[in-house]
Parts: sequence; C-alpha cells; structure tokens
Amino acid sequence: MENTTQSGRPLNLKPEKKGSTRRWISAIQLLFVLICTAAASGCMSSRMNSVPDELDTSTSLLSENGLFKVTYSIPDEPIPINTMQSWILHVETPDGLPVENAQINVDGDMPQHGHGLPTRPQVTEYLGNGDYKVEGLKFHMQGWWIVEFDITAQDKSDHVTFNLVLTQ
Amino acid sequence: MSLKKFKSRTSLLLIAGVMLFILLGAMGWIITSSPWMPDVSWDETEMAMLNSLWIGSLPPLPHDPSNQVADDPRAAALGHKLFFDSRFSRNGQVSCSTCHLAEELFQDGKPLSEGIGRTNRRAMSIIGTAYSPWFFWDGRKDSQWAQALGPLENPVEHGGNRLMYAHLVSSYYKEEYQELFGELPDLSGYPEHAGPVENETARLAWESMTPDQQKVVTGIYANMGKAIAAYERLIMPGPSRFDFYVEALGRKDFRAARQQLTPEEIGGLRLFTGKANCVQCHNGPLFTDNHFHNTGVPAVSELPPDLGRSSGARQVLADEFNCLSPYSDSDPQECSEIMFLIFEGEDLIRQFKPPSLRNVAERAPYMHAGQFDSLERVLEHYNQAPAAPLGHSELKPLELKAEELEQLIAFLHALSGPLDVSQNWLMSPYSTSSQ
Repeated sequence: MENTTQSGRPLNLKPEKKGSTRRWISAIQLLFVLICTAAASGCMSSRMNSVPDELDTSTSLLSENGLFKVTYSIPDEPIPINTMQSWILHVETPDGLPVENAQINVDGDMPQHGHGLPTRPQVTEYLGNGDYKVEGLKFHMQGWWIVEFDITAQDKSDHVTFNLVLTQ
Repeated sequence: MSLKKFKSRTSLLLIAGVMLFILLGAMGWIITSSPWMPDVSWDETEMAMLNSLWIGSLPPLPHDPSNQVADDPRAAALGHKLFFDSRFSRNGQVSCSTCHLAEELFQDGKPLSEGIGRTNRRAMSIIGTAYSPWFFWDGRKDSQWAQALGPLENPVEHGGNRLMYAHLVSSYYKEEYQELFGELPDLSGYPEHAGPVENETARLAWESMTPDQQKVVTGIYANMGKAIAAYERLIMPGPSRFDFYVEALGRKDFRAARQQLTPEEIGGLRLFTGKANCVQCHNGPLFTDNHFHNTGVPAVSELPPDLGRSSGARQVLADEFNCLSPYSDSDPQECSEIMFLIFEGEDLIRQFKPPSLRNVAERAPYMHAGQFDSLERVLEHYNQAPAAPLGHSELKPLELKAEELEQLIAFLHALSGPLDVSQNWLMSPYSTSSQ
C-alpha cells in the first residue's frame, strides 16, 4: 500500500506530507479492524449449545476391551432429527473376521440433557458377513448424542460407544 | 512550510481523522449490533438452524399407511361433513368443531375443553398434526384417525357410542361411505345404541353382541375416523414473518429480511435458538419434536393426577385402533413407532407433547390443562424451572433478564401466519343447524 502511495506521488514529496498520509492510513486500518471486530461480535452474540471440543465422532471404533471392531453405516447423511431410521452395524474381530450371530443390545442418550433415546431401538436381523440391522433409532433434538452397543459373541462381551453430533 | 503551519495542519488532519473514525465506528456499530437495526448476520451453523425451522423445510405430507383413504379427496369431503356434524353426539350439540373451531386455529381457547361435560385437558390444535406420530398430550393414539375416534365415545366429549354413529352414517352418509369403503353392512337387526363405553345401557347392549357383529360396527366406526383424518390432513400452517425473514436471508436479500422482523424479535430468535434452549424441544419447521417432555408444569389441584406419557404410552400399546390393530391398513413393518415405543420407565412420568409454536401467540391459554393464561407466564415458568409435581423436570433455570423475556415473546408473535388451506375447508358444510 505504501509503494502504491509513493508511486502515485511526485518524487519530491516532502517527508511530513508522507507522514500525515501514513497517519490517515493507520487510522483507516484501525477503523476497519474495529468495525470488523464489532461485526464479528454481533455475529457471535448467540450461543449454540456447546459440544465438547475434539469429540471423537468416528463411525468405526474398537470396542472398549478391544474385542470387536464395530462400524455403523447410516442411510442419510447428515443424520436427520425426528426421523425413524435404521442402521447397519458391522462387527468384526480386530484382525478383520466377521463376528457371526452376536447378541447386541442398543442404548443411547444425550449426555448434556440427562435423557435417553425417544425410542427403544433393537437389532432386528442378522444380515450375514458380520452385518446387523438396527431398527427404531430416532433422535429428537440437535446436539450431542451417544449410541451404545453391548455385544456378546461366543461368551465374550464388550461395549462400544459412538458419539454423534446432530446439527439439523 | 513553517514548523508551526505544519503542526497546525497535522493537528487538523488528526482531528478530522478522529472524527471520521468515530463516525465510521458508529456506522459500523449501527449496521452490526445496534438495537435499532434488524440483525441479519448469521453464520453458516446458525443459518442451518434457521433453515431447519423455516416452513419451506417442511417435507411433503407423509404417507399414512394405516389409512388407505388418507389422500382421497372424497374421504376428505366426507370427513369435513363429519367434523362439523353435531348429530354425532349424545345431545346433538357437540361436533369435533365444538372444541376445534376452524376460526380459532382449530382449538377453543379454554383451559379445559367442554363437550357434553368438562374434560381434564386443553384441546390441542389439529393444524399440521398429520406430521405427528402421536396424538393427544400424552400420545395415547398413534394416528389421526384413531385420535378422531377417542372423543366420540368419551362420556364428557361427544358422549355417544359406535353403533349409534354407524346408524347415523347409514342414515345420512350411506352413499359417500359406500363409494369409499364398499357396501355398508345392514344394521337393521342391531340395537340403537351399543359400544364399549361408560354408559351402562350401551355397554350391556355391546356385550350382548357377537364378536362378528362387534367387528362390523367397529369397522364402520374406524372408517369414520379415517374420513375425518383425510380432512384433518389438509389443515396446514402457512408462512409467518419469521419464514419470510429466513427466506429473504436465503436469497441474501438483507433489505427484505430487515423488513420482516424487528431487532427485538431477532433478539428473541437468537435466544430461542441459543441461551433459552427453546429449540431443544420446539424444533423443525413445526416447532415441535413431537416427542414428550416433563417441563415441571404445575398440577391443577381440582383435577385428578395426570401422569401424561406414562399412561399414554401404555394406552396406545393396548389401543384397539393402533397401527398394529386389525382396523389399521398398515403392514406391521410400517408400524415402527409403536414397535420401538418406550412404554415404561420413570422418565415418562408427567411428560407431555410440546405443541407446535406456529401461531402460539394467538391461542392462549397454554399447557395441557391451560395452566398459564399468557406467554409471559409461560416464559416465567421456563425461566424459573420449578421442580415437577411428579417425575423429573428437564428444565434448568435460564436466568434470562426481563428484557430478554420480552424479546422472546416478541419473537413468538412473529410465528403467526394464516393457515395454508383453502377457505372452503374452514367453513362448516352445514348452516346453523349442525353447529
């Protein structure tokens, strides 16, 4: 900006003149900063319900004791609120072998609200190849939800918890 | 240039600079955050939230698999007549429109509704309820048609019985009925009154009928409900100033947006979606999650204890007209709401359904027994979050200032708008005789 100003002026420009131009520029720059700050504070004046930073929202996780690798897949992205949906849950051993005919219980809640899911979702069908159909899932609010699965296969049980953040 | 001259020139420039600084700063403040200029600055996340509440986000009317005539205009026409026909009551003076007045947003403005006698609950509006999986404050019905049948046999509402109604259909609506549902069974050998109701004569007559006869009568009764539901499905909310504001923001027409809402209303909108947490339950384009919540609403001392969803969930499971019943047209796999219903647990105690907030300012009193006569009192309740009379309230004190409460109320007024339904559906198909 300074170069442009200088190039647009005669070469014999007096130093004091240059100084006042600089002051003008500084004042305008400062002004812009202030206006932008005011605008930004206006934008941020509303407070959305905060979700913990760095929440792990992976759709594929190792269960707590490392017995199963569990992955869910959903029909709609992003997950809509107030809509009944079914998921496919894939369960395999850590080395990638599908876990057949497991007993799976589903639960979930909103940690920040102290209430559970609005429905009682269940695994309704084993689809083969370690895939299970989970039906009856519904989320009635925006925000942070957890969905938990208790998985038992061949007398071994483990637990996995997925975090979901619903925005709309 | 002399040093003196230089200094005075510099001072002049500095003063001018400071003045310009103040002027531009004030302009910036006015544009971005002054209380006199409507705010249109929403970030991407906030815009997504606003869009989720916008009426334009309302999906097409969901199919109702439990009602095969739900979208048949002939059923809506029959339902329209039944809705306004006060012959369908014990005293000939109560119709659905007695408590769901079309000119009053399909509610009656009373704390407790009055049919034959006085009920224990406030009448809910039927506007936009075709989107809801549950009906009544406690969700004891799971379809619009099953809901419509409840008051007809309730002793303090219409006070009649299903056989009486079947005879009335046969006398006045036979042709229209048969066009939709096939031949109307011959009821000539049946008694005049019978039904599983409180009235002893009608109940004893009902008990003396064979199961097949009962099924015939109940089938006609269920079909009546399906016709009424076909009509009620058409009663939809229209856009409010809030919707025009969001729509203008979507077009980036900020000038048009500023003409829709005042700074106070926008302040209320920011609280609604933020600090006041209203949007937690009043979400989506109908401003309801259609679920159930205990918000610590006070009990009415002269009424029997109301357990809300705790009893409603059990009732819908046992309801003879639920989605899984023989009178429903659904396949069982289409009944996911009731299949995955939570029907027990402490959480359900005194949970009630949040009604849509569209037109909320036009329909006091509020809550399931009209406990609060103004929005001011409603917000005072949410702000203080008192303990629930039974069960556990989900609320936490909001600590909103008086000014913020006023902003919220201003915003709620911006949710009013005309119904999106053709005028003829809002008029009684009868003259004064059936009102």
